Amino acid sequence: MVPLLEVRNLQITFTRYTGGLRQHQIKVVDGVDLSVAAGEITAIIGASGSGKSLLAHAILGLLPGNAAMSGKIMYRGEELDARRQEALRGREIAYIPQAVTYLDPTMRVGRQVRLAAGGDRREAADKQRRAFRRYRLGEHVEKLYPFELSGGMARRVLVAAASVSDARLIIADEPTPGLPQAEVREALLQLRELADSGCGVLLITHDIQAALGVADRVVVFYAGSSVETAHAQDFSGDGHLLRHPYSRALWRALPENGFEVLPGAQPQPSDRLEGCLFAPRCAMATAACSKERPEMRHVRGGMVRCYHAT
Amino acid sequence: MVYGKWFAMKLIRLCTLLLALSIVSFCLISLSPIDPVQAYIGADAMRVSPEQRQEIAAYWGLDDPPVMRYLHWASAILRGDMGTSMLYRTPVADVIGERFLHSAALMAVAWLASGVIGLALGIVAAAHKGRWPDRLITWYCYTIASTPAFWIGLVLLVVFAVWLGWFPVGLAVPAGVLAAEVTLLDRIHHLILPALTLAMVSIAPIALHTREKLLAVLSSDHVLYARARGEKGYALIMRHGLRNILLPAITLQFTSFSELFGGAVLTEQVFSYPGLGQATVAAGLGGDVPLLMGIVLCSALFVFTGNLIADALYKLVDPRMRKGGDG
Amino acid sequence: MRRSIPPGADRSRNRPLNLRRSTLLIIAGTALMLLAILIIGLLIDEQSLVTQPQLRNQAPSPSHWFGTDWLGRDMFARTMKGLLLSIRVGLFGAVASTLLALTFGLLAATGGKRVDRFISWLIDLFLSVPHLVTLIMIAYISGGGLRGIVIGIALTHWPSLARVLRAEAMQIRQAEYVRISERFGKSRFWIARHHVLPHLLPQLMVGFLLLFPHAILHEAAITFLGLGLSPHQPAIGIILNESMRYLSTGMWWLAIFPGISLIIVVRLFGMLGERLGMLLDPRRAHE
Repeated sequence: MVPLLEVRNLQITFTRYTGGLRQHQIKVVDGVDLSVAAGEITAIIGASGSGKSLLAHAILGLLPGNAAMSGKIMYRGEELDARRQEALRGREIAYIPQAVTYLDPTMRVGRQVRLAAGGDRREAADKQRRAFRRYRLGEHVEKLYPFELSGGMARRVLVAAASVSDARLIIADEPTPGLPQAEVREALLQLRELADSGCGVLLITHDIQAALGVADRVVVFYAGSSVETAHAQDFSGDGHLLRHPYSRALWRALPENGFEVLPGAQPQPSDRLEGCLFAPRCAMATAACSKERPEMRHVRGGMVRCYHAT
Repeated sequence: MVYGKWFAMKLIRLCTLLLALSIVSFCLISLSPIDPVQAYIGADAMRVSPEQRQEIAAYWGLDDPPVMRYLHWASAILRGDMGTSMLYRTPVADVIGERFLHSAALMAVAWLASGVIGLALGIVAAAHKGRWPDRLITWYCYTIASTPAFWIGLVLLVVFAVWLGWFPVGLAVPAGVLAAEVTLLDRIHHLILPALTLAMVSIAPIALHTREKLLAVLSSDHVLYARARGEKGYALIMRHGLRNILLPAITLQFTSFSELFGGAVLTEQVFSYPGLGQATVAAGLGGDVPLLMGIVLCSALFVFTGNLIADALYKLVDPRMRKGGDG
Repeated sequence: MRRSIPPGADRSRNRPLNLRRSTLLIIAGTALMLLAILIIGLLIDEQSLVTQPQLRNQAPSPSHWFGTDWLGRDMFARTMKGLLLSIRVGLFGAVASTLLALTFGLLAATGGKRVDRFISWLIDLFLSVPHLVTLIMIAYISGGGLRGIVIGIALTHWPSLARVLRAEAMQIRQAEYVRISERFGKSRFWIARHHVLPHLLPQLMVGFLLLFPHAILHEAAITFLGLGLSPHQPAIGIILNESMRYLSTGMWWLAIFPGISLIIVVRLFGMLGERLGMLLDPRRAHE
């Protein structure tokens, strides 16, 4: 079956000017491979600053002007180019942003959700009311401005806005930061519901535990590249089912798994590493690792970017 | 009342400003090597006897020490008497009042037109950032900013008044027509070219400012989200951008009274338009000190009023904006 | 899809005109033009400015590029002389103005609260009257002449730059090493001289270059109004003022060419200042 969304070897480069107006190219996203199937949640996990949000913007076609992209993004088997992105944004592809700051501060939230619904006025209002009821938002919320919403309400408004658009693919960028535990569970269950109703969901988060609770597949990001695609079940025990050393390190750093924190830090895009981006921190690294970047390859039903994975 | 106190503070500020301004100007003029009597007599110098000079000097109080002269002049002003213009031989207040009406018509038209057109051009430029409409508009703005206002007036004069003959070459009313017979249409006909000149110059700053502000808004999170929801084009800009740029644009227009006045001085000179600007030049050339001082104070008042309105707008509108002023 | 770049290309040397190159071009162009005006202006002797009644009122032609006026004077020669004068006055005015701005900016930033307040009050005072009105008044007070124009320009243009420099100097004063110097008992003057001033130099340069075109425009405006210079001097403003009397007889070239020449000069200097600003602060280049 053709996956709903497929990303192959995506790279995003920014042009920057430095002293003396010299132009520099900074590769912020450097090799991302992943796919999202209908009815499934694919979670992307990784430390902040690993280029996760940029991936979401790239799929939506909303990168800033000084960014250049290479690689392929396929949606339902066809290339997702700028024209298709513009046609599908807000219709087949919905976006759930991470914070209330993404709502227009000068517009009532009801109107913003109706704008997401599209179509004629009455129909849009109808959809918005139904969505508000579904996500336990009182009728008065319509008339509120974003700054008047609580964190949980804001999050539900954003989910409601995604649900009114009949989307097939939903991209949720950090939908749970700073929420109390119960709200986080609720938010993720709502995403699960949307997936169960046939949507493909791409969940971007740095909250590994939360992601593992609902996701079908997990993609691990490191320094702007995807290093592993695993089944959610692979994250168990001492992590021996995981394929990439960084995934195992992430798993073991969780409190209930021993809190073993990996020393060192992610390389910066300006470091321009030739070989495997993880090699400087990897216990298994050999000479070959720092020479050439490993390609993504299939291992035990998942994918991994490592020479030593078995 | 918060606003009452704020307004009182502004009023005090205005008073100290005008006081300082009058003292500084008066000192500078006292230091001037120009002999006001000579300036007053002008071309008649040969026919004026020393006795007459004495009389003139005494009449204007020019023999008193500067401090006395200042106090004399300042106390007269407080009583509403700004002195008599040497050039026009009528009270300064009358000259300024009449002239200002003409200038106000010119400036008001140019101010409104440049505000609306500048805002529109700024929006178009930002919406097409980096493409030809943007390049064209920014090119125009930067070029206009490098162009003397009076030269634009000259070009418009050559094209529209001399070659095409659509508009009169100058003045505010037709020459040789009795004041009572001048129609509104006549006045408008004479106003168009000067107003167009002044508007063309004033468009540049407001357009560039709008463009910059709008670009900042367009790169904000909430516009990214709006685009992710499928909104696009001018509808998106009007919905999510306009509200954020309108207030700064309007306040910028109000704080531009200083440049507007300067532009009016030059424009009026080109079109022989009998406004306050032309009077300023005449006063400067003819050494009409009372008129010059009057104009300095009045133009400062004019600029201050613009700034005051801008401040007041922020004060009045902004809290409502923060609470959200969905129209 | 956006222009995709091959994975290996991490530097776009091959792009035809990036900002760096166009900036260098603008710098070269401005320098070249300045040189040309200087040479032409100096080469043109008084001979070509004399009246030649047999050559009156000629439209532009190969022998008189900008035409001639009602006295038969070559307009190209007059325009070049005028530009030279404008640049000279603009230069003096802008230099004086920049020095004023530097003095007041530094004083405000390092002289303590009272001085700071006084200077910001002074700035407000100078901004409270339209520039042109101040210029007219100063031109009158100084009794005409180039000196009056230069003084006028210097006195009207310093406030906005002084504000920028003050803010910049304040920031530098907050820096750790400056605070250490303070604790070591260095005087305010020493700090201003050794820590603040060197860091202000780039800002000063850009500020000066942005002031310069304004100064030229104001010089043109004030001479156009007939204040300051005698009508015999070939200032651009005077040339344009005189042209007004002959426009209705169809002698358009008297106004068009001198004006365009002035615009080109002002615009080039404006671009130069803009680009040098970007060179010093690359963040602005992303705009």
